[in-house]
Amino acid sequence: MGYDSDHPFSRGEVGKCGVAIASLADMEVLFDGIDPERVTTSMTINSPANAIWAMYLAMAQRKGADLRRVGGTIQNDILKEFIAQKEYIFPPGPSVRLVIDTFEWGPRNVPRWNFISVSGYHIREAGSTAVQELAFTLADGIHYLRKALERGLDIDEFAPRISFFFNLHNDFFEEIAKLRAARRIWARQLREVFGARDPRSWMLRTHAQTAGVSLTAQQPHVNIARVAIQALAGVLGGSNSLHTDSFDEALALPTEEAATIALRTQQVIAYETGIASTIDPLAGSYYLESLTNDMEERCLAYFKEIDALGGVEQAIEAGFFANEIGDASYRQQREIDAGERIIVGVNDYGGPFPEVPLQLVDPEVEEVQRRRLERVRRERDPREVKRALTQLRDAAMNGHNTMPAFLAAAHSYCTLGEQMDVLREVFGVYREPVLI
Amino acid sequence: MARTLRVLIAKPGLDGHDRGAKVIARALRDAGMEVIYTGLRQTSEMIVNAAIQEDVDVVGLSVLSGAHMHYFREVLEGLRARDAEDILVFGGGIVPDQDVPRLKELGVAAIFTPGTSTQEVIDFLRRVPARQEEGQT
Repeated sequence: MGYDSDHPFSRGEVGKCGVAIASLADMEVLFDGIDPERVTTSMTINSPANAIWAMYLAMAQRKGADLRRVGGTIQNDILKEFIAQKEYIFPPGPSVRLVIDTFEWGPRNVPRWNFISVSGYHIREAGSTAVQELAFTLADGIHYLRKALERGLDIDEFAPRISFFFNLHNDFFEEIAKLRAARRIWARQLREVFGARDPRSWMLRTHAQTAGVSLTAQQPHVNIARVAIQALAGVLGGSNSLHTDSFDEALALPTEEAATIALRTQQVIAYETGIASTIDPLAGSYYLESLTNDMEERCLAYFKEIDALGGVEQAIEAGFFANEIGDASYRQQREIDAGERIIVGVNDYGGPFPEVPLQLVDPEVEEVQRRRLERVRRERDPREVKRALTQLRDAAMNGHNTMPAFLAAAHSYCTLGEQMDVLREVFGVYREPVLI
Repeated sequence: MARTLRVLIAKPGLDGHDRGAKVIARALRDAGMEVIYTGLRQTSEMIVNAAIQEDVDVVGLSVLSGAHMHYFREVLEGLRARDAEDILVFGGGIVPDQDVPRLKELGVAAIFTPGTSTQEVIDFLRRVPARQEEGQT
């Protein structure tokens, strides 16, 4: 969360949670030979999203790309960081303000860009139930809508570019119903509560990923079956894009072989099963419709509970999500330990299994990155850096949209850490209440 | 009479995956142990300080980021430097099997990887004697 690769906190972690991007220089290396007008890029980045997005856009500009033709997604969903993933930097208020800066600046400057991927995946991975995942994700989405409207933005200007990201877990029908309920609830909110007039504002577009947490270290090849079934639920549930996990998920970063099998799984579904040819094929099923209705009802009940606490930010500070997720995850573990919930290969049907090769990150990577950073700091213009960081501080302090300042900082080769340090001074850092 | 086992559960580094740490903390507490959870973003120094300040018998580190070798080493060295190497160190998370022997050589008592039941952890810790008898300082 906004530490350069040579920061003491980064020790042992460089290159292990995605690619290390400390400045525009890293972005330029990463996209060497790739035309940003001809690809779309999705970046799973949250608390430093503004800065990293700016580095990508600066890279595109340097290649002569027209930002109006550049497309992609930044995850940029800080609320779920406080709730689940915990990669926050600043307290909720200023963090949400940075997100709304992207809601405001994005449609006007990079119209093909999905500036947010409101996520439930991580909430589910943290141990929530399917209904909690649904409710907390949509509640986050609604919170962002309210904040954007508070700033005076026009709902139809930004709502069409909001996207979502859900988990695909083991309970097959429940996951399909969850996605169906999500679409219906969101459409109703946008049309009936927020008064959006553009049909594209009503549409919940979503990415989905198979549940990493459901994959086992024991008999790892069996995970290929789990992922295929979870992916099937995602397609039948109408996800707009799909990530299938690798079978070695519980062991290490994916090997190329494991990632390839995950890709082939999607290709089999896409090209051999025919299920993607029909929209919502399970509509009308007595069971699915009943499940969908039930999930919608329970989701709306959660909305009431969260609103009664004063909204998502207040609920976060009150420990509401921590308690719900903590209880749900503990309950699930007790069920597994008691044998009430079977995990094949783990608490039943155990047996010997072959060792699988592991993907390891060469520790040399950290050194290489450190030297690259030293060079960037040496070769850039320090006056440009100072000017850009001052501009960023001013924008942050005076309530201006920070994106132009982030873009200038990117072009000046300010590092991520330098930019986040400026903001840490202005906004403070968040310490979550310690709850078990 | 042996006092209740005091356990520190810690999350070193930037890794925010706290589901396992929290579930273990609750399970140990329900099993009658005294559990202190450090919360996230702990440096090795903070963990060692907390372990000594809280006078724990055991420190459990949860690491899912791949930085386990680094943090276990630093915490063990830190405890040793403060004459507290009798505090037992164990852990869990995403740790490849091949790293477990190396961690044990460093002094880690046990590593619990995915698929471990909470009962296994409880049973392991129940066999750990408390560092001091009740009533001693």
